[in-house]
Amino acid sequence: MTPKVVTEVGTELPALSVRLKRDDLVRYAGASLDFNPIHWNEKTAKDVGLPDVIAHGMLTMAVASRIVAEWIGDPGAIVEYGCRFGRPVVVPNDDEGALVDVTAKVTKDFEDGTVKVNINASFAGKSVLTGAFARVRVS
Amino acid sequence: MPLDPAFTGRSYPPSQPYDVSREKIREFADAIGATSPAYRDAEAAKALGHRDVIAPPTFAIVVSMKTNETVMFDPELELDYSRVVHGDQSFTHHRPITAGDQLVCVAHIDAITSRMGNDMVTVRTEIGTVEGEPVTTARSMLVVRGEDA
Repeated sequence: MTPKVVTEVGTELPALSVRLKRDDLVRYAGASLDFNPIHWNEKTAKDVGLPDVIAHGMLTMAVASRIVAEWIGDPGAIVEYGCRFGRPVVVPNDDEGALVDVTAKVTKDFEDGTVKVNINASFAGKSVLTGAFARVRVS
Repeated sequence: MPLDPAFTGRSYPPSQPYDVSREKIREFADAIGATSPAYRDAEAAKALGHRDVIAPPTFAIVVSMKTNETVMFDPELELDYSRVVHGDQSFTHHRPITAGDQLVCVAHIDAITSRMGNDMVTVRTEIGTVEGEPVTTARSMLVVRGEDA
């Protein structure tokens, strides 16, 4: 199905900000079955040298995918999605949690009905996912 | 002790089938704050050309988790789980994972490399239906931090 949005190279996607708090990490742990305690237990996190509990890399990756899914309309159009995990998102035990800012831009037309979208996710002003991209079917 | 590169090319037996349910997809979509109706409403998903509700792009990690654990805890590989960090991840979707799918995972070790005292293990998991239709190729790079790193 042809999307209703502009998918030309250079198009910037509507930005997204997602606040992650401790309860979000617990909810993701349950949904994903990843119960590694560094994602919910301060003591374990600090014992392994982290500043505090950190979000699952896969949660940050999943949250960042929303910018593409919400833009294109059909999440099934995302035929490829990848990233490296650069920095952890540290989530303190308070009402603020951590704010992840997501931006994205169409950077390449593969000329086979798909385009490349580069995604940037940052926390506290620093990028947390490296080389994040999605290949999206547009026609 | 560095990992033995001779394990490159090792493949694991197919997993037990994973039954993809509408409820698990909804639960996962809720947990990532995703709003798309295609994750929740079968009629909305059908209007987009899908057979039933589809899963978010990273849902394959749930399907392949047990298989990846088989690799991680492979006694012959002698991988120190306490030193493992998820380095990168990618998914290639031959089609979206869809409610009603019965999915089988087959894991392969594609590469074992060492750099600056760390070992890097690349695991490719081929996810397909019990009927043999390819659905998703998931690649995970695990970094095993060296003793001194």
